[in-house]
Amino acid sequence: MRKFYLPLLVLLLFVAIIGGSWLRVFNEYWQLVLLYMGINIILTVSLNLINGYMGEFSCGHAGFMGVGAYVAGLLSVWLFAEDKVFGPPVLPAALAIPLFPVILIVGGVAASLVGLLVAIPSFRTRGDYLAIITLAVNYIIKSVLENFAPGGARGFVGMKRVMNNMDGVFDAPWLLIWTFIGMILTIIIIRNFVSSILGKGVVAIREDEIAAELMSVNTRRVKVIAFMLSCGLAGLAGGLFAHGPGGYINPGTFTILKSTEIMVMVYLGGMGSLSGSIISAVGFTLLLEILRPLGVFKWVVIPLLLVVMMLVRPSGIMGNKELTDVFPRLRAIFGSKEESYALASD
Amino acid sequence: MPLLQIKNLTHFFGGLRAVYDFNLDLEEGELVGLIGPNGAGKTTIFNLVTGAYKPTEGEVRLNGDNLVGLRPHKITAQGIARTFQTIRLWNEMTVLDNVCVAHAARIKYSLLDSILHGRRYQEEERQIKEQAIELLAAFGLAGQAQELVKNMPYGAQRRVEIVRALATEPRLVLLDEPAAGMNPGEIGELMGLIQRIRQEFDLTVWIIEHQMRVIMNICERIKVIDFGETIAEGTPAEIQNNPKVIEAYLGEEVF
Repeated sequence: MRKFYLPLLVLLLFVAIIGGSWLRVFNEYWQLVLLYMGINIILTVSLNLINGYMGEFSCGHAGFMGVGAYVAGLLSVWLFAEDKVFGPPVLPAALAIPLFPVILIVGGVAASLVGLLVAIPSFRTRGDYLAIITLAVNYIIKSVLENFAPGGARGFVGMKRVMNNMDGVFDAPWLLIWTFIGMILTIIIIRNFVSSILGKGVVAIREDEIAAELMSVNTRRVKVIAFMLSCGLAGLAGGLFAHGPGGYINPGTFTILKSTEIMVMVYLGGMGSLSGSIISAVGFTLLLEILRPLGVFKWVVIPLLLVVMMLVRPSGIMGNKELTDVFPRLRAIFGSKEESYALASD
Repeated sequence: MPLLQIKNLTHFFGGLRAVYDFNLDLEEGELVGLIGPNGAGKTTIFNLVTGAYKPTEGEVRLNGDNLVGLRPHKITAQGIARTFQTIRLWNEMTVLDNVCVAHAARIKYSLLDSILHGRRYQEEERQIKEQAIELLAAFGLAGQAQELVKNMPYGAQRRVEIVRALATEPRLVLLDEPAAGMNPGEIGELMGLIQRIRQEFDLTVWIIEHQMRVIMNICERIKVIDFGETIAEGTPAEIQNNPKVIEAYLGEEVF
């Protein structure tokens, strides 16, 4: 019976969020907050794979998000909406509903291919040098989007029409549904990967890369996998973001500032802790909204809170532990991280 | 044919000649020692053989297959494992995970399997974990399988490092100063352990050690280097009486 608790919990959450949005129990504002929560969870959990589990320092995550946002956004507008640049829709609006996840996946794949380009120099550099490379990649992506993407620096609009067309065929909170599914899939993918022996090679690289390579871990392959996985999921988050309210994306959104925001969420939650990432993504999103009345001063208060946090608890909310490590009783719901316990005691 | 064949191995760090014209044939099943004063180039030789450094010149062959230029994890997969002078375990991982990850070369499942946790994945992971636990049990470490390595005592960490090396299923093990930092009692246990793994796992062992008690008791053949060059080779008795060795290395004790 035990193993059904978690799926049941997820299902209840899904019904509550999607049902609530559908029946307009949550107004548009709360739906927006929920959407950003989901997107932030995807971004934080995926960056945690590189910055937390692998111990590298990638500070260009928003760049990959931007790649996903533009690829998915342009593709969906080209396929399903009347647009100045692309002309009439290529496919009938009814197909938008089943093809929407495909568009998101294409955005993710595009971002992960760009991630491959970063993984290659990461073979030779670590730490500060890799941070500089990823920073450079972030700027390159922004400049390429500004100069070559439709809309240029003004940004690209039109995704709203796609979402409206989807609502026209069948009214449902489509974006929220796919954000929820994307978030759950991201958590499952990263959790399963890092709990496999293949994925534990990622942690071995963090702990001692030379020992990992000498003890039969193919460090290049593992790094490529981790980078592509992480960047691909950031691209997925970008695709979801592009279809958000207003349906507007702008290269200026995907700069180092956004990357910093994602890193803050990772370090706030704890490096190498999935539950920490989820908690901090939800908490940080809420904090931004609670402090909204402060206007610009919110960017004084939030960094201050961060400084306090780093002084009081430098390893983040969860450190490198999971909720199930701190509250062993939760294992009844979430299952044990170490199924091998049983084996060891035999 | 010898198991390991090293010919004219030479390595420069910039202008510094760390290893010069090093030759060695290791026969299957041998236990050979490598000694020399500090900075003689012993660990460099291990690093060259395992692929951590690429030699400036010379060749290294395992069973006749060239190893020079292969990446370290490939060389490990060919059957050479090692331990390190200072312990290099993965501290924030459990003892079991340390040993499991050393099986990485044998993983056949794909990335997709590792994400979906399919049947093939389950089967392979179970096999690797079972083997790892069996290996840990053979060295009295099964009880601490779930312990984080950083919480283990020093002597136990040394043992975990040897178990991790064995997990790669080697035919040749390079031990880099395994007795460093051990007390006389632990050194005695270590000598027993080395003899035991050699017999139980049909291993060839090549060992760097400063503790003469270890070297003189367990090695069948000893090679002595100084400033990167071989100065003597022979049985422990021959080495002990070799004037060159006494001058370079044991001198202090004799005079």
